[in-house]
Amino acid sequence: MKLRDLKSAPPTAWFGIVVIFAYAVVAIFAGQLAPFSQTTIVGMEFEPRSAEYLLGTDNLGRDLLSRMIWGARNSVGIALATTAIAFSLGAGLGLLAAVLGGWADQLLSRLIDMLIAIPSLLFALLLLSIFGTGITILIIVIAVLEMTRVFRLARAVAMDVVVMDFVEAARLRGEGLVWVIRREILPNIMAPLVAEFGLRFCFVFLAVSALSFLGLGIQPPTADWGSMVRDNAALITFGDITPLLPAAAIALLTVAINFVVDWMLHRTSGLRD
Amino acid sequence: MHPLARMILHRLALGLLTLFVISLVIFMAIELLPGDLAEEVLGQSATPETVAAFRRELGLDLPAWQRYLSWLGGMVQGDFGMSLANNRPIVDLLASRLGNTLFLAAYAAVISVPLALCLGLLAALYRGSWFDRLVNVVTLTSISFPEYFVAYILLLFLSVRTGIFPSIADFGNDAGFGTMIYRTFLPAITLVLVVTAHMMRMTRAAIINLLAQPYIEMARLKGASPARVILRHALPNALAPIINVVALNLAYLITGVVIVEVVFVYPGLGQLMVDSVAKRDIPLVQACCLIFAAIYILLNLSADVFAIATNPRLMHRK
Repeated sequence: MKLRDLKSAPPTAWFGIVVIFAYAVVAIFAGQLAPFSQTTIVGMEFEPRSAEYLLGTDNLGRDLLSRMIWGARNSVGIALATTAIAFSLGAGLGLLAAVLGGWADQLLSRLIDMLIAIPSLLFALLLLSIFGTGITILIIVIAVLEMTRVFRLARAVAMDVVVMDFVEAARLRGEGLVWVIRREILPNIMAPLVAEFGLRFCFVFLAVSALSFLGLGIQPPTADWGSMVRDNAALITFGDITPLLPAAAIALLTVAINFVVDWMLHRTSGLRD
Repeated sequence: MHPLARMILHRLALGLLTLFVISLVIFMAIELLPGDLAEEVLGQSATPETVAAFRRELGLDLPAWQRYLSWLGGMVQGDFGMSLANNRPIVDLLASRLGNTLFLAAYAAVISVPLALCLGLLAALYRGSWFDRLVNVVTLTSISFPEYFVAYILLLFLSVRTGIFPSIADFGNDAGFGTMIYRTFLPAITLVLVVTAHMMRMTRAAIINLLAQPYIEMARLKGASPARVILRHALPNALAPIINVVALNLAYLITGVVIVEVVFVYPGLGQLMVDSVAKRDIPLVQACCLIFAAIYILLNLSADVFAIATNPRLMHRK
Protein backbone atom coordinates (compact mmCIF):
# COMPACT_ATOMS: atom_id res chain seq x y z
CA MET A 1 0.00 0.00 0.00
CA LYS A 2 1.40 3.35 -0.96
CA LEU A 3 1.01 6.67 0.78
CA ARG A 4 -0.70 8.39 -2.11
CA ASP A 5 -3.43 5.73 -2.04
CA LEU A 6 -4.20 6.81 1.50
CA LYS A 7 -5.06 10.30 0.30
CA SER A 8 -7.83 9.00 -1.91
CA ALA A 9 -9.22 6.74 0.84
CA PRO A 10 -12.88 7.31 1.71
CA PRO A 11 -13.75 8.70 5.18
CA THR A 12 -14.84 5.26 6.43
CA ALA A 13 -11.39 3.82 5.68
CA TRP A 14 -9.72 6.79 7.39
CA PHE A 15 -11.89 6.27 10.43
CA GLY A 16 -10.85 2.61 10.45
CA ILE A 17 -7.13 3.37 10.21
CA VAL A 18 -7.27 5.91 13.05
CA VAL A 19 -9.20 3.52 15.31
CA ILE A 20 -6.84 0.59 14.65
CA PHE A 21 -3.85 2.83 15.40
CA ALA A 22 -5.42 4.02 18.67
CA TYR A 23 -6.08 0.41 19.77
CA ALA A 24 -2.49 -0.54 18.98
CA VAL A 25 -1.17 2.34 21.11
CA VAL A 26 -3.42 1.41 24.05
CA ALA A 27 -2.47 -2.28 23.80
CA ILE A 28 1.28 -1.58 23.66
CA PHE A 29 1.33 0.99 26.47
CA ALA A 30 -1.30 -0.72 28.66
CA GLY A 31 1.11 -0.86 31.61
CA GLN A 32 1.74 2.90 31.48
CA LEU A 33 -1.82 3.98 30.72
CA ALA A 34 -3.79 1.93 33.23
CA PRO A 35 -4.18 3.58 36.64
CA PHE A 36 -4.39 0.21 38.46
CA SER A 37 -3.30 -3.36 37.77
CA GLN A 38 -5.81 -5.68 36.10
CA THR A 39 -6.22 -7.99 39.09
CA THR A 40 -6.02 -5.73 42.20
CA ILE A 41 -9.24 -5.22 44.09
CA VAL A 42 -9.34 -1.47 44.75
CA GLY A 43 -12.82 -0.80 46.10
CA MET A 44 -16.29 -2.12 46.74
CA GLU A 45 -18.19 -4.21 44.20
CA PHE A 46 -20.01 -2.31 41.45
CA GLU A 47 -19.00 1.19 42.61
CA PRO A 48 -20.48 3.92 40.38
CA ARG A 49 -18.37 6.12 38.15
CA SER A 50 -16.32 8.65 40.15
CA ALA A 51 -13.22 10.82 39.79
CA GLU A 52 -11.10 8.01 41.21
CA TYR A 53 -12.64 5.15 39.21
CA LEU A 54 -13.59 6.78 35.92
CA LEU A 55 -15.74 3.84 34.79
CA GLY A 56 -16.59 2.52 38.25
CA THR A 57 -15.57 -0.91 39.57
CA ASP A 58 -16.58 -4.39 38.43
CA ASN A 59 -18.25 -7.34 40.13
CA LEU A 60 -15.22 -7.99 42.37
CA GLY A 61 -14.28 -4.36 43.00
CA ARG A 62 -11.54 -4.05 40.38
CA ASP A 63 -11.13 -0.77 38.47
CA LEU A 64 -13.06 -1.16 35.22
CA LEU A 65 -11.06 1.39 33.23
CA SER A 66 -7.80 -0.39 34.02
CA ARG A 67 -9.33 -3.71 33.03
CA MET A 68 -10.60 -2.20 29.77
CA ILE A 69 -7.06 -0.98 29.00
CA TRP A 70 -5.43 -4.30 29.89
CA GLY A 71 -8.16 -6.04 27.94
CA ALA A 72 -6.92 -4.27 24.81
CA ARG A 73 -3.60 -6.07 25.23
CA ASN A 74 -5.03 -9.47 26.28
CA SER A 75 -8.03 -9.82 23.98
CA VAL A 76 -6.44 -8.30 20.90
CA GLY A 77 -3.10 -9.99 21.59
CA ILE A 78 -4.61 -13.45 21.87
CA ALA A 79 -6.74 -12.93 18.77
CA LEU A 80 -3.69 -11.67 16.86
CA ALA A 81 -1.57 -14.66 17.90
CA THR A 82 -4.38 -17.05 16.92
CA THR A 83 -4.83 -15.37 13.54
CA ALA A 84 -1.09 -15.47 12.91
CA ILE A 85 -0.96 -19.22 13.60
CA ALA A 86 -4.10 -19.90 11.55
CA PHE A 87 -2.71 -17.83 8.73
CA SER A 88 0.76 -19.34 8.54
CA LEU A 89 -0.73 -22.85 8.74
CA GLY A 90 -3.53 -22.23 6.25
CA ALA A 91 -1.57 -20.17 3.74
CA GLY A 92 1.43 -22.50 3.98
CA LEU A 93 -0.59 -25.66 3.37
CA GLY A 94 -2.73 -23.94 0.73
CA LEU A 95 0.30 -22.82 -1.25
CA LEU A 96 1.88 -26.24 -0.88
CA ALA A 97 -1.28 -27.91 -2.17
CA ALA A 98 -1.44 -25.54 -5.14
CA VAL A 99 2.23 -25.93 -6.09
CA LEU A 100 2.56 -29.68 -5.53
CA GLY A 101 -0.81 -30.61 -7.01
CA GLY A 102 -1.64 -34.30 -7.51
CA TRP A 103 -2.23 -36.54 -4.52
CA ALA A 104 -0.83 -34.06 -1.98
CA ASP A 105 -3.43 -31.53 -3.11
CA GLN A 106 -6.19 -34.16 -3.03
CA LEU A 107 -5.26 -35.35 0.45
CA LEU A 108 -5.06 -31.85 1.97
CA SER A 109 -8.21 -30.61 0.26
CA ARG A 110 -10.35 -33.58 1.34
CA LEU A 111 -9.06 -33.24 4.90
CA ILE A 112 -9.99 -29.56 4.94
CA ASP A 113 -13.41 -30.31 3.37
CA MET A 114 -14.10 -32.62 6.27
CA LEU A 115 -13.16 -30.04 8.89
CA ILE A 116 -15.10 -27.26 7.19
CA ALA A 117 -18.34 -29.30 7.06
CA ILE A 118 -18.79 -28.87 10.82
CA PRO A 119 -19.98 -25.44 12.02
CA SER A 120 -16.90 -23.98 13.68
CA LEU A 121 -18.47 -22.70 16.91
CA LEU A 122 -19.89 -26.18 17.55
CA PHE A 123 -16.60 -27.90 16.81
CA ALA A 124 -14.83 -25.45 19.11
CA LEU A 125 -17.33 -26.25 21.88
CA LEU A 126 -16.81 -30.00 21.37
CA LEU A 127 -13.02 -29.70 21.52
CA LEU A 128 -13.13 -27.40 24.56
CA SER A 129 -15.38 -29.86 26.40
CA ILE A 130 -12.86 -32.61 25.75
CA PHE A 131 -9.62 -30.76 26.46
CA GLY A 132 -10.95 -28.38 29.11
CA THR A 133 -10.57 -24.62 28.97
CA GLY A 134 -7.26 -22.79 28.86
CA ILE A 135 -5.60 -20.13 26.75
CA THR A 136 -3.20 -22.45 24.90
CA ILE A 137 -5.95 -24.90 24.01
CA LEU A 138 -8.25 -22.05 23.00
CA ILE A 139 -5.62 -20.61 20.65
CA ILE A 140 -4.85 -23.97 19.05
CA VAL A 141 -8.52 -24.96 18.60
CA ILE A 142 -9.57 -21.65 17.02
CA ALA A 143 -6.42 -21.50 14.90
CA VAL A 144 -7.01 -24.98 13.46
CA LEU A 145 -10.66 -24.21 12.71
CA GLU A 146 -9.97 -20.86 11.03
CA MET A 147 -6.99 -22.32 9.18
CA THR A 148 -9.40 -24.21 6.94
CA ARG A 149 -10.85 -21.00 5.49
CA VAL A 150 -7.41 -19.51 4.86
CA PHE A 151 -6.34 -22.74 3.19
CA ARG A 152 -9.22 -22.57 0.71
CA LEU A 153 -8.55 -18.96 -0.23
CA ALA A 154 -4.76 -19.35 -0.47
CA ARG A 155 -5.11 -22.48 -2.60
CA ALA A 156 -7.69 -20.88 -4.89
CA VAL A 157 -5.70 -17.71 -5.59
CA ALA A 158 -2.40 -19.59 -5.86
CA MET A 159 -3.95 -21.99 -8.41
CA ASP A 160 -4.43 -19.08 -10.81
CA VAL A 161 -0.78 -18.09 -10.52
CA VAL A 162 0.75 -21.57 -10.62
CA VAL A 163 -0.29 -22.09 -14.25
CA MET A 164 1.40 -18.86 -15.39
CA ASP A 165 4.43 -19.02 -17.66
CA PHE A 166 6.83 -17.33 -15.27
CA VAL A 167 6.26 -20.03 -12.66
CA GLU A 168 6.90 -22.69 -15.29
CA ALA A 169 10.07 -20.82 -16.29
CA ALA A 170 11.28 -20.70 -12.69
CA ARG A 171 10.67 -24.43 -12.33
CA LEU A 172 12.46 -25.22 -15.58
CA ARG A 173 15.53 -23.29 -14.55
CA GLY A 174 15.64 -25.52 -11.48
CA GLU A 175 14.46 -23.30 -8.64
CA GLY A 176 13.43 -25.10 -5.47
CA LEU A 177 9.94 -25.31 -3.98
CA VAL A 178 10.54 -22.59 -1.38
CA TRP A 179 11.91 -20.17 -3.99
CA VAL A 180 8.94 -20.71 -6.28
CA ILE A 181 6.50 -20.07 -3.45
CA ARG A 182 8.32 -17.09 -1.95
CA ARG A 183 9.57 -15.25 -5.01
CA GLU A 184 7.16 -16.19 -7.78
CA ILE A 185 3.76 -16.85 -6.20
CA LEU A 186 3.56 -14.93 -2.91
CA PRO A 187 4.17 -11.44 -4.38
CA ASN A 188 1.31 -12.02 -6.82
CA ILE A 189 -1.27 -13.05 -4.24
CA MET A 190 -0.31 -10.66 -1.45
CA ALA A 191 -3.30 -8.30 -1.87
CA PRO A 192 -6.09 -10.87 -1.34
CA LEU A 193 -4.09 -12.51 1.44
CA VAL A 194 -3.69 -9.25 3.37
CA ALA A 195 -7.41 -8.50 3.06
CA GLU A 196 -8.13 -12.06 4.17
CA PHE A 197 -5.87 -11.55 7.20
CA GLY A 198 -8.01 -8.61 8.28
CA LEU A 199 -11.26 -10.55 7.83
CA ARG A 200 -9.89 -13.65 9.56
CA PHE A 201 -8.74 -11.50 12.47
CA CYS A 202 -12.29 -10.20 12.88
CA PHE A 203 -13.72 -13.72 12.86
CA VAL A 204 -11.11 -14.99 15.33
CA PHE A 205 -11.57 -11.96 17.56
CA LEU A 206 -15.34 -12.42 17.60
CA ALA A 207 -15.04 -16.19 18.14
CA VAL A 208 -12.60 -15.85 21.06
CA SER A 209 -14.69 -13.14 22.70
CA ALA A 210 -17.88 -15.17 22.15
CA LEU A 211 -16.32 -18.18 23.87
CA SER A 212 -15.01 -15.95 26.67
CA PHE A 213 -18.48 -14.48 27.00
CA LEU A 214 -19.84 -18.02 27.39
CA GLY A 215 -17.24 -18.56 30.13
CA LEU A 216 -15.31 -21.09 28.03
CA GLY A 217 -12.56 -18.89 26.62
CA ILE A 218 -10.03 -16.70 28.38
CA GLN A 219 -10.26 -17.49 32.10
CA PRO A 220 -10.25 -15.08 35.06
CA PRO A 221 -8.51 -13.15 36.47
CA THR A 222 -7.05 -12.15 33.07
CA ALA A 223 -8.85 -9.00 31.91
CA ASP A 224 -10.63 -9.75 28.66
CA TRP A 225 -13.49 -7.92 27.02
CA GLY A 226 -15.68 -10.95 26.33
CA SER A 227 -15.60 -12.24 29.91
CA MET A 228 -15.97 -8.68 31.26
CA VAL A 229 -19.35 -8.47 29.55
CA ARG A 230 -20.35 -11.71 31.23
CA ASP A 231 -19.04 -10.67 34.67
CA ASN A 232 -20.92 -7.37 34.69
CA ALA A 233 -24.04 -8.52 32.83
CA ALA A 234 -26.13 -8.28 36.01
CA LEU A 235 -25.83 -4.48 35.89
CA ILE A 236 -27.87 -4.28 32.71
CA THR A 237 -31.05 -5.16 34.60
CA PHE A 238 -30.58 -1.92 36.57
CA GLY A 239 -30.43 0.08 33.36
CA ASP A 240 -26.67 0.64 33.58
CA ILE A 241 -24.57 0.65 30.41
CA THR A 242 -21.34 -0.69 31.99
CA PRO A 243 -21.53 -4.22 30.47
CA LEU A 244 -21.94 -2.63 27.05
CA LEU A 245 -18.56 -0.87 27.24
CA PRO A 246 -16.29 -3.89 26.67
CA ALA A 247 -18.71 -5.17 24.01
CA ALA A 248 -18.56 -1.77 22.33
CA ALA A 249 -14.75 -1.90 22.43
CA ILE A 250 -14.90 -5.19 20.51
CA ALA A 251 -17.48 -3.88 18.07
CA LEU A 252 -15.55 -0.68 17.35
CA LEU A 253 -12.37 -2.55 16.46
CA THR A 254 -14.10 -5.07 14.18
CA VAL A 255 -16.04 -2.28 12.47
CA ALA A 256 -12.81 -0.35 11.91
CA ILE A 257 -11.04 -3.39 10.43
CA ASN A 258 -14.01 -4.20 8.21
CA PHE A 259 -14.06 -0.65 6.85
CA VAL A 260 -10.35 -0.82 5.98
CA VAL A 261 -10.64 -4.30 4.43
CA ASP A 262 -13.72 -3.23 2.44
CA TRP A 263 -11.76 -0.31 0.99
CA MET A 264 -8.71 -2.49 0.20
CA LEU A 265 -10.81 -5.14 -1.54
CA HIS A 266 -12.59 -2.44 -3.46
CA ARG A 267 -9.30 -0.93 -4.59
CA THR A 268 -7.48 -4.12 -5.53
CA SER A 269 -10.39 -5.69 -7.35
CA GLY A 270 -10.85 -2.49 -9.34
CA LEU A 271 -14.59 -2.54 -8.67
CA ARG A 272 -16.12 0.87 -8.89
CA ASP A 273 -19.75 0.24 -8.13
CA MET B 1 -36.08 -42.26 -13.37
CA HIS B 2 -36.77 -38.57 -13.52
CA PRO B 3 -33.44 -36.69 -13.57
CA LEU B 4 -34.54 -34.44 -10.70
CA ALA B 5 -35.41 -37.44 -8.51
CA ARG B 6 -32.08 -39.05 -9.33
CA MET B 7 -30.31 -35.82 -8.43
CA ILE B 8 -32.14 -35.61 -5.09
CA LEU B 9 -31.22 -39.21 -4.28
CA HIS B 10 -27.62 -38.50 -5.22
CA ARG B 11 -27.46 -35.46 -2.93
CA LEU B 12 -29.15 -37.35 -0.14
CA ALA B 13 -26.54 -40.10 -0.34
CA LEU B 14 -23.79 -37.48 -0.32
CA GLY B 15 -25.35 -35.79 2.71
CA LEU B 16 -25.55 -39.10 4.57
CA LEU B 17 -21.91 -39.78 3.78
CA THR B 18 -20.92 -36.34 5.13
CA LEU B 19 -22.96 -36.95 8.26
CA PHE B 20 -21.24 -40.31 8.71
CA VAL B 21 -17.80 -38.68 8.41
CA ILE B 22 -18.81 -35.97 10.88
CA SER B 23 -20.06 -38.56 13.36
CA LEU B 24 -16.68 -40.25 13.02
CA VAL B 25 -14.89 -36.95 13.71
CA ILE B 26 -17.11 -36.19 16.70
CA PHE B 27 -16.51 -39.64 18.10
CA MET B 28 -12.78 -39.69 17.40
CA ALA B 29 -12.28 -36.32 19.11
CA ILE B 30 -12.49 -38.11 22.45
CA GLU B 31 -9.75 -40.50 21.46
CA LEU B 32 -7.43 -37.48 21.33
CA LEU B 33 -7.51 -37.31 25.13
CA PRO B 34 -4.18 -38.27 26.68
CA GLY B 35 -5.84 -40.64 29.18
CA ASP B 36 -9.47 -41.58 28.72
CA LEU B 37 -12.86 -40.21 29.64
CA ALA B 38 -13.00 -42.03 32.98
CA GLU B 39 -9.74 -40.57 34.34
CA GLU B 40 -10.66 -37.16 32.98
CA VAL B 41 -14.14 -37.04 34.52
CA LEU B 42 -13.37 -38.64 37.87
CA GLY B 43 -10.21 -36.60 38.45
CA GLN B 44 -6.92 -37.59 40.02
CA SER B 45 -8.28 -38.50 43.43
CA ALA B 46 -10.33 -41.45 42.11
CA THR B 47 -9.25 -44.91 43.16
CA PRO B 48 -8.35 -47.43 40.43
CA GLU B 49 -11.49 -49.43 41.36
CA THR B 50 -13.88 -46.51 40.72
CA VAL B 51 -12.13 -45.76 37.46
CA ALA B 52 -12.46 -49.39 36.39
CA ALA B 53 -16.13 -49.49 37.40
CA PHE B 54 -16.83 -46.25 35.53
CA ARG B 55 -15.06 -47.62 32.46
CA ARG B 56 -17.17 -50.76 32.51
CA GLU B 57 -20.35 -48.73 32.94
CA LEU B 58 -19.57 -46.55 29.90
CA GLY B 59 -18.15 -49.48 27.95
CA LEU B 60 -14.74 -47.82 27.75
CA ASP B 61 -13.04 -51.20 28.15
CA LEU B 62 -14.20 -52.19 24.66
CA PRO B 63 -12.11 -51.39 21.57
CA ALA B 64 -12.83 -48.04 19.88
CA TRP B 65 -14.52 -49.39 16.76
CA GLN B 66 -16.98 -51.46 18.82
CA ARG B 67 -17.85 -48.43 20.93
CA TYR B 68 -18.31 -46.32 17.81
CA LEU B 69 -20.67 -48.83 16.23
CA SER B 70 -22.83 -49.14 19.33
CA TRP B 71 -22.83 -45.34 19.79
CA LEU B 72 -23.85 -44.77 16.18
CA GLY B 73 -26.40 -47.60 16.34
CA GLY B 74 -27.94 -46.03 19.44
CA MET B 75 -28.08 -42.59 17.80
CA VAL B 76 -29.88 -43.94 14.75
CA GLN B 77 -32.50 -45.58 16.97
CA GLY B 78 -32.94 -42.42 19.04
CA ASP B 79 -30.99 -43.71 22.03
CA PHE B 80 -28.40 -41.03 22.79
CA GLY B 81 -27.04 -42.60 25.96
CA MET B 82 -26.94 -41.13 29.45
CA SER B 83 -25.83 -37.69 30.51
CA LEU B 84 -22.74 -37.80 32.75
CA ALA B 85 -23.75 -34.73 34.75
CA ASN B 86 -27.15 -35.84 36.06
CA ASN B 87 -27.52 -39.44 34.89
CA ARG B 88 -30.67 -38.84 32.90
CA PRO B 89 -31.24 -40.14 29.37
CA ILE B 90 -29.98 -37.51 26.91
CA VAL B 91 -33.11 -37.92 24.77
CA ASP B 92 -35.31 -36.50 27.56
CA LEU B 93 -33.04 -33.48 27.94
CA LEU B 94 -32.91 -32.83 24.21
CA ALA B 95 -36.53 -33.32 23.16
CA SER B 96 -38.18 -30.12 24.40
CA ARG B 97 -35.09 -27.97 23.91
CA LEU B 98 -34.63 -28.87 20.27
CA GLY B 99 -38.21 -27.73 19.62
CA ASN B 100 -37.56 -24.41 21.39
CA THR B 101 -34.40 -23.74 19.40
CA LEU B 102 -36.08 -24.57 16.09
CA PHE B 103 -38.99 -22.29 17.05
CA LEU B 104 -36.65 -19.38 17.71
CA ALA B 105 -34.67 -19.95 14.51
CA ALA B 106 -37.87 -20.23 12.44
CA TYR B 107 -39.26 -17.07 14.06
CA ALA B 108 -36.11 -15.15 13.10
CA ALA B 109 -36.07 -16.64 9.60
CA VAL B 110 -39.68 -15.71 8.84
CA ILE B 111 -38.88 -12.04 9.50
CA SER B 112 -35.34 -11.80 8.18
CA VAL B 113 -35.56 -13.65 4.84
CA PRO B 114 -38.17 -11.42 3.15
CA LEU B 115 -36.67 -8.30 4.73
CA ALA B 116 -33.14 -9.10 3.54
CA LEU B 117 -34.26 -10.00 0.01
CA CYS B 118 -36.23 -6.74 -0.36
CA LEU B 119 -33.36 -4.61 0.98
CA GLY B 120 -30.84 -6.45 -1.19
CA LEU B 121 -32.96 -5.98 -4.30
CA LEU B 122 -33.48 -2.26 -3.58
CA ALA B 123 -29.77 -1.72 -2.91
CA ALA B 124 -28.89 -3.43 -6.20
CA LEU B 125 -31.56 -1.44 -8.04
CA TYR B 126 -30.39 1.93 -6.69
CA ARG B 127 -26.71 1.04 -6.73
CA GLY B 128 -24.43 3.95 -5.84
CA SER B 129 -27.25 6.08 -4.42
CA TRP B 130 -27.30 7.39 -0.85
CA PHE B 131 -29.68 4.54 0.06
CA ASP B 132 -27.18 1.94 -1.16
CA ARG B 133 -24.32 3.60 0.73
CA LEU B 134 -26.33 3.94 3.91
CA VAL B 135 -27.38 0.29 3.78
CA ASN B 136 -23.77 -0.72 3.06
CA VAL B 137 -22.41 1.12 6.11
CA VAL B 138 -25.22 -0.05 8.40
CA THR B 139 -24.93 -3.72 7.40
CA LEU B 140 -21.13 -3.70 7.54
CA THR B 141 -21.40 -2.29 11.05
CA SER B 142 -23.95 -4.81 12.26
CA ILE B 143 -21.94 -7.72 10.80
CA SER B 144 -18.98 -6.57 12.87
CA PHE B 145 -20.90 -6.43 16.14
CA PRO B 146 -20.66 -9.38 18.51
CA GLU B 147 -24.14 -10.95 18.88
CA TYR B 148 -24.28 -10.30 22.60
CA PHE B 149 -23.60 -6.59 22.01
CA VAL B 150 -26.71 -6.30 19.85
CA ALA B 151 -28.63 -8.43 22.33
CA TYR B 152 -27.70 -6.30 25.35
CA ILE B 153 -28.44 -3.03 23.56
CA LEU B 154 -31.93 -4.29 22.70
CA LEU B 155 -32.34 -5.62 26.22
CA LEU B 156 -31.36 -2.26 27.72
CA PHE B 157 -33.61 -0.08 25.60
CA LEU B 158 -36.62 -2.27 24.88
CA SER B 159 -36.81 -4.14 28.16
CA VAL B 160 -35.06 -2.49 31.10
CA ARG B 161 -35.56 1.20 30.31
CA THR B 162 -39.00 1.04 28.73
CA GLY B 163 -40.37 -2.28 29.88
CA ILE B 164 -42.06 -3.11 26.57
CA PHE B 165 -40.70 -6.66 26.35
CA PRO B 166 -39.65 -9.17 29.04
CA SER B 167 -35.89 -9.54 29.54
CA ILE B 168 -36.01 -13.30 30.11
CA ALA B 169 -37.38 -15.28 27.21
CA ASP B 170 -38.61 -18.22 29.23
CA PHE B 171 -42.17 -19.42 28.82
CA GLY B 172 -44.01 -22.21 30.58
CA ASN B 173 -44.97 -25.46 28.91
CA ASP B 174 -48.57 -24.48 28.19
CA ALA B 175 -48.04 -20.94 26.86
CA GLY B 176 -50.21 -19.95 23.89
CA PHE B 177 -48.72 -19.06 20.52
CA GLY B 178 -49.22 -15.32 21.09
CA THR B 179 -47.40 -15.38 24.43
CA MET B 180 -44.54 -17.35 22.88
CA ILE B 181 -44.19 -14.80 20.07
CA TYR B 182 -44.27 -11.94 22.56
CA ARG B 183 -41.85 -13.42 25.08
CA THR B 184 -39.28 -14.45 22.49
CA PHE B 185 -39.46 -11.20 20.54
CA LEU B 186 -36.12 -9.80 21.75
CA PRO B 187 -33.98 -12.89 21.01
CA ALA B 188 -35.67 -13.27 17.64
CA ILE B 189 -35.05 -9.62 16.70
CA THR B 190 -31.39 -9.94 17.75
CA LEU B 191 -30.98 -12.87 15.38
CA VAL B 192 -32.87 -11.00 12.65
CA LEU B 193 -30.52 -8.01 12.90
CA VAL B 194 -27.39 -10.17 12.70
CA VAL B 195 -28.57 -12.43 9.89
CA THR B 196 -30.33 -9.84 7.73
CA ALA B 197 -27.10 -7.90 7.24
CA HIS B 198 -25.25 -10.97 5.91
CA MET B 199 -28.11 -12.07 3.72
CA MET B 200 -28.78 -8.63 2.30
CA ARG B 201 -25.14 -8.06 1.32
CA MET B 202 -24.95 -11.43 -0.41
CA THR B 203 -28.24 -10.87 -2.25
CA ARG B 204 -27.03 -7.50 -3.46
CA ALA B 205 -23.73 -9.01 -4.63
CA ALA B 206 -25.50 -11.87 -6.44
CA ILE B 207 -27.81 -9.49 -8.32
CA ILE B 208 -25.07 -7.01 -9.19
CA ASN B 209 -23.03 -9.91 -10.52
CA LEU B 210 -25.91 -10.80 -12.84
CA LEU B 211 -26.40 -7.22 -13.95
CA ALA B 212 -23.03 -7.36 -15.70
CA GLN B 213 -24.35 -10.09 -18.08
CA PRO B 214 -24.91 -9.25 -21.76
CA TYR B 215 -28.63 -10.20 -21.77
CA ILE B 216 -29.28 -7.60 -19.07
CA GLU B 217 -27.59 -4.97 -21.19
CA MET B 218 -29.76 -6.11 -24.11
CA ALA B 219 -32.88 -5.65 -21.98
CA ARG B 220 -31.73 -2.18 -21.01
CA LEU B 221 -30.90 -1.22 -24.58
CA LYS B 222 -34.31 -2.20 -25.82
CA GLY B 223 -35.76 0.22 -23.28
CA ALA B 224 -37.08 -1.92 -20.44
CA SER B 225 -37.58 -0.03 -17.18
CA PRO B 226 -35.04 -0.66 -14.36
CA ALA B 227 -37.68 -2.42 -12.24
CA ARG B 228 -38.58 -4.72 -15.13
CA VAL B 229 -34.93 -5.47 -15.82
CA ILE B 230 -34.42 -6.54 -12.21
CA LEU B 231 -37.71 -8.39 -11.58
CA ARG B 232 -38.25 -10.01 -14.96
CA HIS B 233 -34.75 -10.55 -16.32
CA ALA B 234 -32.32 -10.68 -13.39
CA LEU B 235 -34.37 -12.19 -10.56
CA PRO B 236 -35.28 -15.57 -12.11
CA ASN B 237 -31.60 -16.24 -12.77
CA ALA B 238 -30.58 -14.90 -9.37
CA LEU B 239 -32.86 -17.37 -7.57
CA ALA B 240 -30.25 -20.12 -7.37
CA PRO B 241 -27.56 -17.99 -5.71
CA ILE B 242 -30.18 -16.35 -3.47
CA ILE B 243 -31.44 -19.73 -2.26
CA ASN B 244 -27.87 -20.64 -1.40
CA VAL B 245 -27.49 -17.39 0.49
CA VAL B 246 -30.65 -18.04 2.48
CA ALA B 247 -29.59 -21.59 3.37
CA LEU B 248 -26.12 -20.46 4.38
CA ASN B 249 -27.61 -17.89 6.72
CA LEU B 250 -30.18 -20.25 8.18
CA ALA B 251 -27.27 -22.54 8.98
CA TYR B 252 -25.57 -19.54 10.55
CA LEU B 253 -28.71 -18.96 12.64
CA ILE B 254 -28.25 -22.41 14.14
CA THR B 255 -24.88 -21.46 15.62
CA GLY B 256 -25.74 -17.82 16.31
CA VAL B 257 -28.59 -19.07 18.43
CA VAL B 258 -26.15 -20.39 21.07
CA ILE B 259 -25.11 -16.94 22.29
CA VAL B 260 -28.55 -15.36 22.05
CA GLU B 261 -30.01 -18.21 24.10
CA VAL B 262 -27.46 -17.61 26.84
CA VAL B 263 -28.13 -13.85 26.96
CA PHE B 264 -31.89 -14.22 27.19
CA VAL B 265 -31.83 -17.40 29.33
CA TYR B 266 -33.86 -19.17 26.65
CA PRO B 267 -34.33 -22.91 27.32
CA GLY B 268 -32.89 -24.09 24.01
CA LEU B 269 -30.36 -26.58 22.73
CA GLY B 270 -27.56 -23.99 22.57
CA GLN B 271 -27.75 -23.19 26.25
CA LEU B 272 -27.83 -26.86 27.13
CA MET B 273 -24.72 -27.38 25.05
CA VAL B 274 -22.81 -24.50 26.69
CA ASP B 275 -23.76 -25.77 30.14
CA SER B 276 -22.60 -29.27 29.31
CA VAL B 277 -19.30 -27.99 27.90
CA ALA B 278 -18.70 -26.20 31.21
CA LYS B 279 -19.57 -29.41 33.10
CA ARG B 280 -17.57 -31.47 30.59
CA ASP B 281 -20.57 -33.71 30.00
CA ILE B 282 -19.03 -35.10 26.83
CA PRO B 283 -21.77 -37.55 25.66
CA LEU B 284 -24.31 -34.71 25.80
CA VAL B 285 -22.02 -32.34 23.87
CA GLN B 286 -21.48 -35.04 21.25
CA ALA B 287 -25.21 -35.55 20.87
CA CYS B 288 -25.83 -31.79 20.51
CA CYS B 289 -23.02 -31.52 17.97
CA LEU B 290 -24.42 -34.35 15.90
CA ILE B 291 -27.93 -32.86 15.91
CA PHE B 292 -26.68 -29.39 14.94
CA ALA B 293 -24.49 -30.91 12.21
CA ALA B 294 -27.43 -32.94 10.85
CA ILE B 295 -29.61 -29.81 10.64
CA TYR B 296 -26.76 -27.94 9.01
CA ILE B 297 -26.29 -30.62 6.37
CA LEU B 298 -30.04 -30.91 5.76
CA LEU B 299 -30.25 -27.15 5.12
CA ASN B 300 -27.37 -27.20 2.65
CA LEU B 301 -28.87 -30.23 0.97
CA SER B 302 -32.29 -28.66 0.49
CA ALA B 303 -30.62 -25.47 -0.77
CA ASP B 304 -28.82 -27.51 -3.43
CA VAL B 305 -32.01 -29.25 -4.47
CA PHE B 306 -34.08 -26.04 -4.64
CA ALA B 307 -31.34 -24.19 -6.50
CA ILE B 308 -31.18 -26.91 -9.14
CA ALA B 309 -34.97 -27.15 -9.34
CA THR B 310 -35.21 -23.43 -10.18
CA ASN B 311 -32.32 -23.56 -12.62
CA PRO B 312 -32.11 -26.91 -14.44
CA ARG B 313 -28.93 -25.80 -16.20
CA LEU B 314 -27.04 -26.48 -12.98
CA MET B 315 -27.81 -30.17 -13.37
CA HIS B 316 -25.64 -30.49 -16.43
CA ARG B 317 -22.75 -28.48 -15.07
CA LYS B 318 -19.44 -30.18 -15.53
